[in-house]
Amino acid sequence: MIIDLERFTATEKPFWDELERLLKRVEDDPACRLGVEGAARFHYLYQRASAGLARLDGLAAPLEFRRYLESLVARAYGEIHSARDNAHRLVPRTWLLETFPQTFRRYIRQFQLAVLITIVGAVFGAAVLMVAPEEKGMLLPFDHLHGSPTERVAKEEQEAGKRLAGHKATFSSSLMTHNTQVSIACMATGMTWGVGTIILLFYNGVILGAVVLDYLAAGQGVFLAGWLLPHGVIEIPAILIAGQAGLVLATTLIGKGSGLTLVARMRLVWADLTTLIGGVALMLVWAGIVEAFFSQYHEPVLPYSVKIAFGVVELCLLVLFLGRSGRGGKVAKRG
Amino acid sequence: MAEQTTTLQIRTPEGIRFSLLLAGPTSRLLALLVDFACISVASTTISTVLRLFTLISQDIFMALTILSGFVISIGYGIGCEWYWQGQTVGKRLLHLRVMDEQGLKLQFSQVVIRNLLRIVDSLPALYLVGGIASLISRKCQRLGDLAAGTIVIRTPKVQLPDLEQLGTEKFNSLAAYPQLVARLRQKVSREEGAIALRALIRREELDPTARLELFRELAVMFRSQVAFPAEAVDGVSDERYVRNVVELLFEQRGR
Repeated sequence: MIIDLERFTATEKPFWDELERLLKRVEDDPACRLGVEGAARFHYLYQRASAGLARLDGLAAPLEFRRYLESLVARAYGEIHSARDNAHRLVPRTWLLETFPQTFRRYIRQFQLAVLITIVGAVFGAAVLMVAPEEKGMLLPFDHLHGSPTERVAKEEQEAGKRLAGHKATFSSSLMTHNTQVSIACMATGMTWGVGTIILLFYNGVILGAVVLDYLAAGQGVFLAGWLLPHGVIEIPAILIAGQAGLVLATTLIGKGSGLTLVARMRLVWADLTTLIGGVALMLVWAGIVEAFFSQYHEPVLPYSVKIAFGVVELCLLVLFLGRSGRGGKVAKRG
Repeated sequence: MAEQTTTLQIRTPEGIRFSLLLAGPTSRLLALLVDFACISVASTTISTVLRLFTLISQDIFMALTILSGFVISIGYGIGCEWYWQGQTVGKRLLHLRVMDEQGLKLQFSQVVIRNLLRIVDSLPALYLVGGIASLISRKCQRLGDLAAGTIVIRTPKVQLPDLEQLGTEKFNSLAAYPQLVARLRQKVSREEGAIALRALIRREELDPTARLELFRELAVMFRSQVAFPAEAVDGVSDERYVRNVVELLFEQRGR
């Protein structure tokens, strides 16, 4: 079959031009609504351009001709067959109080695994410090933790929180950005079939275990609780949730027994991963503020009992929030 | 190593096939460099504006600078690709676009995932992991693209060819010999016809010497396939001869 290209173009070009104008309109304004008649017309024009492309199929039409029609059909196809989620219509309250805790609970097994890996790391860190205390410098990457806990406690109590005077906001923002980067890395390295996520969780556990043993052995358990609990009860679960997201990514990537293709499996978890990492970022903002403006004050400025009580209340609220919030509400759509 | 392809074929539910041109690592790298420059300029500009806060507190200025730098570096790709439907400044300049690998529009979560996973693609340095992944993956995808189900395509400005270049309104001396025309249609392959048509449509883009040479070769090829009587071809230039052949090949029968 040979078609008369000139006549074909003369007939169809007005429709292609109209389709191009409509496409530009909807592409330039993602919130644009065409209305029922407009949508029907758009669909008709798409089908007409598709039919034109089909007529060219297998014909000796020039490549530019085909490219032009393909580009029109591809753009229209994307518009017609996609149901674009509306991030700008996100309701923050619903997302925070329902979607985030529901998503957390949906992947509770991955969270439990993240906790287990961290505990194993903590036990390992504590054991190494117990067997080889001289390796403390290697185990703990922070200079202020290398010395004697008793000396540090005495120094901090003497300074009465003045060490960070004039730098608290800077310290707080550094904590937020650093911890968020670590959390993103913890999630993203799930792409290494979970190996990267496991290493990061384990290493966090090693540091935590070594610090806890170091302070307990020096008889500074109360200081440790007063120092760590106010921000740690939010910060540590945040890293664990990032690890949970990484493990979700890893199990989706491995996809054992699902029978779905990689893309189909991934489609099911995109929104959940975004929700988890969004929740982690929020938690780390709070933890950063608390660590800079609250955790650094010790006795005699702030009684340890107050700090410990503050941490315990936070932890209870967090457990309630993650465990109960959004129950009975509309279950967030998966994927 | 999967065999890499330069186009991605999509088949619509209506049974129509179209192809998307996949972007190669080089153009993607160039777009990335432009984006780095944009992030750097934006961070510096905002930091300069924030310097006003030093009048109140140096601490607040430093805190805001750290936070804004972080938000820009993470949010630039997400914000641009969501707002411009798969494009950043670099991708716009290089005519690239991120798309769902099924030809659909991007979802917000896809944009977030592919941008957050840059942290793995950039390991251990200079996007080595991402570069290697896009070199060996069939659809030129880095790890972030694989996780988010996205591809990066080329979107060159495509315009409908100008068919007036064909000049088919002029008298066609070959049309007076229907049997020879029928034989011509039989002998000339689709590919040969398409090459001749392309040559006519793009004649203005060729320099005069190359144009003369091209039409001479095409005319020789068509003349060797079917010989028209001398009175039909005498005084007809090579280019005119090719035009006449193309008109006969692409004309609808029974017109």
